[in-house]
Amino acid sequence: MNAPVDPATVVLAADGLARTYELKRGLFGKPAYVRALAEASFDLKAGKTLAVVGESGCGKSTLARVVTMIEKPTAGSLTVDGRTVDGRSAADARLLRQSVQIVFQDPYGSLNPRQTVAAILEEPLYVNTDDDAATRRAKAQAMMRRVGLRPEHAERYPHMFSGGQRQRIAIARALMLNPKILVLDEPVSALDVSIQAQVLNLLMDLQEEMGLAYLFISHDLGVVRHIADEVMVMYLGRPVEYGTRDEIFADPKHPYTRALLSATPSTEAGGRRERIRLKGELPSPLNPPTGCAFHPRCPYMYEPCPKERPELAVPDSDLLVACHAVREGRI
Amino acid sequence: MTDVTRTDTVAAAKVQTDARPGRLREFWSYFSENRGAVIGLVVFGLLVVVAVFAPLVAPFHPNEQFRDHLLSPPAWAEGADTRFLLGTDAVGRDILSRLIFGARYSLFIGVVVVSISLIGGIVLGLVAGFFRGWVDTAIMRVMDVLLAFPSLLLALVLVAVLGPGLVNAMIAIALVAQPHYVRLTRAAVMAERNRDYVTSARVAGASRLRLMFVTILPNCMAPLIVQAALSFSNAILDAAALGFLGMGAQPPTPEWGTMLAEAREFILSAWWVVTFPGLAILITVLAINLIGDGLRDALDPKLRRS
Repeated sequence: MNAPVDPATVVLAADGLARTYELKRGLFGKPAYVRALAEASFDLKAGKTLAVVGESGCGKSTLARVVTMIEKPTAGSLTVDGRTVDGRSAADARLLRQSVQIVFQDPYGSLNPRQTVAAILEEPLYVNTDDDAATRRAKAQAMMRRVGLRPEHAERYPHMFSGGQRQRIAIARALMLNPKILVLDEPVSALDVSIQAQVLNLLMDLQEEMGLAYLFISHDLGVVRHIADEVMVMYLGRPVEYGTRDEIFADPKHPYTRALLSATPSTEAGGRRERIRLKGELPSPLNPPTGCAFHPRCPYMYEPCPKERPELAVPDSDLLVACHAVREGRI
Repeated sequence: MTDVTRTDTVAAAKVQTDARPGRLREFWSYFSENRGAVIGLVVFGLLVVVAVFAPLVAPFHPNEQFRDHLLSPPAWAEGADTRFLLGTDAVGRDILSRLIFGARYSLFIGVVVVSISLIGGIVLGLVAGFFRGWVDTAIMRVMDVLLAFPSLLLALVLVAVLGPGLVNAMIAIALVAQPHYVRLTRAAVMAERNRDYVTSARVAGASRLRLMFVTILPNCMAPLIVQAALSFSNAILDAAALGFLGMGAQPPTPEWGTMLAEAREFILSAWWVVTFPGLAILITVLAINLIGDGLRDALDPKLRRS
């Protein structure tokens, strides 16, 4: 993988993560397999943000579920804090779980409507620590202040808050156990643009204060450019390009990344790129195209593309781009 | 946060602290908006008081016979004895006293039947909806078998097997009511278990039991409360039906259904003997259903205005 600057700061390493779902087709039908995620490898470093981008159905959310250990990967390994997650010992898994927490996209569905904010925030402590009620309450109030909520509102129910405030509650809950890694599954896409900026700034402040590593999943490239240190572009369950934010935004290599970037509206007249229009729809992951999954829509498609799937690593360079044309130097 | 939202929230917080002296009070303020529910609650409260203090309230012992006053009409009718406010039955017992003591049986039946079927239904439904797979299939097929029988027929068969009597009738009715609770709980659990807040609780390390009973169950309670209220009245009705058919409470127990059964031969000659037990059942059932609706509205935070 791309050489880590300081191995001590790598808090989560994923190696070849894959997740396949089995679809039963009736009593006698052959089961079908959906490859929701394949060969996802990356490192998360303390205090850094890795953004995962791609259109809907490209495996972003599956990646989030696998990294938070909600679902087990069907292949590959996940190393959290130097320890490999294999689910062999329940106690071990529990400890590891505490260091990876998640914030969901929809702040209306991710908070239990029957619990007060205090109860929501104290639950992780109640389950995982021996703190008494007063300590839990004090920690919850401190966390509320930290995310910009008024501690007086602790006895309120989630439906009494606006979307942005709810997302702050969700972030506060995720941080109650002092995790090292926070998975952010489109944390701002359900919010108004003005609120998005507030929540993003809050996330960046918290990252700086607590040295958190973020796995930031988004389809909004404007937001990604704002918050990310590294970017991984995914297509149909596989990473197709992986690099630093500046590399990806200044000089995208993979044709899919180029198309994605060209689709973001820009306000600078000179900075506008020529819009690349992709033909067709995202293919069904039940029946992915042969070779490079992107070839039916790719403007640079040539003869090896439908035959052979390109590897992510490009020989004789630091680039991580899964594209035959890039390897051959054609584009 | 901008200044505007901050002043907003401060104002809201002030209103909140003023309006929140206690949970019970808050609940009451929502519940009392529904006038039908309050009327139901008052009627039900009166019933409970009357049932508890039956020996003090009732003018006579329920089984005391006045052999000179067989089938005496209610107090306001012609030829009545004013001592017997609602008249007497065929063997000269005061109907009002019997109804008052009968309230004890009806409430007792309702409480016992609902408790048994609610607790059993919640546990089975939670297990089925949470774990799915073969556990779900096994539980639900058994429930389908129970549902396939007409409910009163099944209750009759169970009572016939167990032997007639009030306790056996309650067990039978609870068993018959069970599948409805299981299905309702399972459906609600299946809708909730994949919601993000359940996943969040799981990521926070909550155990399965905690997920089931602390995280998911409270969000499934609204339909269950309504079902409990409805089946409270259903239990009273079923017990009355079993009593009417001679399989429930045995004479001379002043149970309302049994009273109806004893009186059915006088339906044309002495209307009051049949009418009053029937009215008692009707009013009780109506009051409980009204309370059920009110409870649902008041207990659901999503329906509250914030």
